[in-house]
Amino acid sequence: MKIRVHVSLKNGVLDPQGRAIHHALEGLGFSGVNDVRAGRLFELDVDDSVSDDALDDMCRKLLANMVIENYRIEKVAA
Amino acid sequence: MSLRSAVITFPGSNCDRDMAVALEAVSGTPAIRVWHGDATLPERLDFIALPGGFSYGDYLRCGAIASRSPVMRAVIEAAGRGVPVLGVCNGFQVLTESGLLPGALMRNAGITFVCRNARLVVENDSALFTSAYAKGQHLSIPVAHHDGNYFADDATLDRLEGDGRIAFRYAETINGSVRDIAGILNEKGNVLGMMPHPERAIDPAHGGTDGRALFESALNTLASA
Repeated sequence: MKIRVHVSLKNGVLDPQGRAIHHALEGLGFSGVNDVRAGRLFELDVDDSVSDDALDDMCRKLLANMVIENYRIEKVAA
Repeated sequence: MSLRSAVITFPGSNCDRDMAVALEAVSGTPAIRVWHGDATLPERLDFIALPGGFSYGDYLRCGAIASRSPVMRAVIEAAGRGVPVLGVCNGFQVLTESGLLPGALMRNAGITFVCRNARLVVENDSALFTSAYAKGQHLSIPVAHHDGNYFADDATLDRLEGDGRIAFRYAETINGSVRDIAGILNEKGNVLGMMPHPERAIDPAHGGTDGRALFESALNTLASA
């Protein structure tokens, strides 16, 4: 089973990297970009027997830092 | 007293030797070096130090992988028993990632790596690590980090302030840390995490000795216990 875990910063948490990327886009002449938030994508290949609870646990215990980040689990059709 | 201290080395730690030298210089006793893969710590430790560096190449998040290493389970258990634990720089990041301290350390607000002497203000002079300082005292301690931008939600910050758990603040904005926080204590006061490097300011040849009193504080408190 292919799993994608999207990790993003929580609302209200300042994102210096996103801001720098935003500036760089503007520097390249792209207009109309209102905001950029940088996140992280993990692609996992797991056995079908791995439960949703276990996936949730992986995110909370390691893949995301719940102090500053949210995560979203996406199951990808093989 | 002779101080039984341990310095933990993770793959990518690079201030572990500096920390061991500082501990020996102040206490007169060599520090025990512990490898991250060890599941147990030496017995009867008086002091545990998590050094600066780039454990696991800062993969995933700074300190994230190190905080899940076997030795950290033993460090968390020792901290729970009241053993003093000092985390500096990457060590501070390991402490927040392990849950021993609240909040998180994010990329510096200015994006760039900051490497210079930072002016600090002592906020708490009654903790195990800070009793040899005076509240309001200014210190000059080196910082060298890319991810020292401390963040916690307002409720956590208010609790830290109310309980006197902010040990040090920056006297000037260095990295965007909320409320200029440079170092914080756990609830019991036996765990201190800080981005500045006190172990790099203990000998006049370092260019300053303002970090020395931190180790002396711990030594004095332990000796009188």
